[in-house]
Amino acid sequence: MEMYKIPIGAWIEQVIEFLTDHVAFLTHIISSIIESGLDLFVEWVLFVPPWLVIIVLAISAGLLSNRRIAIGTLLGLGLIWNLGLWEATVATLALVLISTCFSVLVGVPFGILSALSPMVRKIVMPVLDFMQTMPAFVYLIPAIPFFGLGPVAAIFTTMVFAMPPAIRMTCLGIQQVPENLIEAADAFGSTTNQKLFKLQLPLAAPTIMAGINQTIMLSLSMVVIAAMIGAGGLGGEVWRAIQRLWMGRGFEAGIAVVIIAMILDRTTQNINVSKLWRKG
Amino acid sequence: MKLRVKDLYKVFGANPEKGVAAAKKGMSKDEIMSRYKLAVGVNDVSFEVGASEILVIMGLSGSGKSTLVRCINRLIEPTAGLVEIDGIDVTKLSENELRLLRMQKVGMVFQNFALFPHRTVQKNVEYGLEIQGVPIEERAEKAKNAIDLVGLAGWEDYRPENLSGGMQQRVGLARALASGADILLMDEAFSALDPLIKREMQDELLALQGRVGKTIIFITHDLDEALKLGDRIIIMKDGRAVQVGTPEEILTNPANDYVEKFVQDVDITKVLTVSRVMRKAISVTYPKDGPKTTVHKMKEEGLSRLMVVGKDRKFLGVVEVKEVTAAIKRGETTLEHVMDKDVPIVHPDDNVGILFPETKYPVAVVNDENKLVGIVKRGSLLSGIADFGGTDGNV
Repeated sequence: MEMYKIPIGAWIEQVIEFLTDHVAFLTHIISSIIESGLDLFVEWVLFVPPWLVIIVLAISAGLLSNRRIAIGTLLGLGLIWNLGLWEATVATLALVLISTCFSVLVGVPFGILSALSPMVRKIVMPVLDFMQTMPAFVYLIPAIPFFGLGPVAAIFTTMVFAMPPAIRMTCLGIQQVPENLIEAADAFGSTTNQKLFKLQLPLAAPTIMAGINQTIMLSLSMVVIAAMIGAGGLGGEVWRAIQRLWMGRGFEAGIAVVIIAMILDRTTQNINVSKLWRKG
Repeated sequence: MKLRVKDLYKVFGANPEKGVAAAKKGMSKDEIMSRYKLAVGVNDVSFEVGASEILVIMGLSGSGKSTLVRCINRLIEPTAGLVEIDGIDVTKLSENELRLLRMQKVGMVFQNFALFPHRTVQKNVEYGLEIQGVPIEERAEKAKNAIDLVGLAGWEDYRPENLSGGMQQRVGLARALASGADILLMDEAFSALDPLIKREMQDELLALQGRVGKTIIFITHDLDEALKLGDRIIIMKDGRAVQVGTPEEILTNPANDYVEKFVQDVDITKVLTVSRVMRKAISVTYPKDGPKTTVHKMKEEGLSRLMVVGKDRKFLGVVEVKEVTAAIKRGETTLEHVMDKDVPIVHPDDNVGILFPETKYPVAVVNDENKLVGIVKRGSLLSGIADFGGTDGNV
């Protein structure tokens, strides 16, 4: 006798089919808006001479963190330009930038809510576990019917994959604010919002920054994988090299990814949070 | 009355009203715990505090004193009873009214300072005003005044982490003062400081109190501190107020064994005044008395020193038997040349503690009008202390 198989896969397909029938027109509109914005951004950056962009990025990295990282950025991006991977790098950076922005815009508020409300936390945390442990490739499949092949589907999957640390670390940072400081803020008659913006968020800032750093790194890794659904950029270079067995070209693109990762990681890790405090 | 607390109960756990009812029937804290799984934090406490009074709530850890003080501004919600500030029942306030009360009427100082590490001293002190929406310049000025008041002028732009413990607590005090609250709740405010700094802060708090006249509820586990600061003291045990009284009442008339045990450890010399141990200066001498008369008086009394007084017993100085005998040998007829005018004297209200450095007894006790009101002999000092139940025994 054959065992009865619970048709989870069939159910999920039904749900997604239902959603594609009724929601896809909306997601396609969003998709085309984001895609044209992304194209415009990339074109605009590519219009500027690469050396100027590289210098501006190096200076920004220096201002955000320190001089050593500025020099590293200058040399690293210079090498990428020299390898002829500048265009692909700009595309990848744009994808990472947009994915990270969306992830932070959605993730930080969710993190705040889960820190302040145990109810929300009970719902959000299992969802995050699911998002983080599900193999990332699986998200690629349903992204296509909603956003079509291309960079926006990549941004969507990247968000799903990269958002959890932003939520978790925001929640953790706020929960770690010492109880006696909360009590003091209460004793002076602070509202929930005043406590949040004047005490909890500034004190949680270093932890939230660590979360954002994680989000950026995960975005980068996912953006490369998302080349499989047409994200382009450095991932596209690697993908093409795999299909044609271009070992050298594959490694060159891989090295470019490593350079980008190092620059993003070191810069965001070294952002001086007490500089942020002084404003708050 | 500035603050009135009546029949206050705080019971922690589910269905706390059951615990209150049980406590009202006279069930003990332990019984309530084992029968209802409820923890009684504050058990039937009532007291009143007048304007500009310092009330000290004293007890060991777990006695409910911190819970009690938090019931006053409802950082902990009382289970039953009344808390009245300026005639307004705090327990009935809405959330917004309660926030206004905390902003404007009741300041709080914490044991571990609880300063905001991301803000400078100035910004910490401004906090209460900032959340009230006070305009920037006014807020800066008020904060500056509070910082000056606690003696931290010049440290405005430092972060708390760069300040010593004593200075950090001054910031805590300034933060509570800046908003203009006239009731200060001080929860073990000086307990985390080392003894020297602690004493200095106590003195400054008293001096400050003299200037600004706040109503202060001061929590401590240190009886010496309670006796020094308190106009009145409440001693708490297991959530109950076991005795309420002035420092002297508590020392001389402990309500039960528990209070007595506390009092045993007190350094009496810090609270006993000179007037309690001095004796009448029955025999004195006058400047016009000749040296021979004086020596005679000394022999009669068995004294080696005698107080010299003028008209109306104005204190003039002290003569020593050795000097007077020498004067007789020199053939002098008055005490003018042998009288020591520059001797240490004490006031009747001084603590007896200041007597011990004196090596020459008896010591003259002189009042505000410079009249000799008595003398303290070494023997009477020690027996006076002994009457109070003794000290550590290291006098």
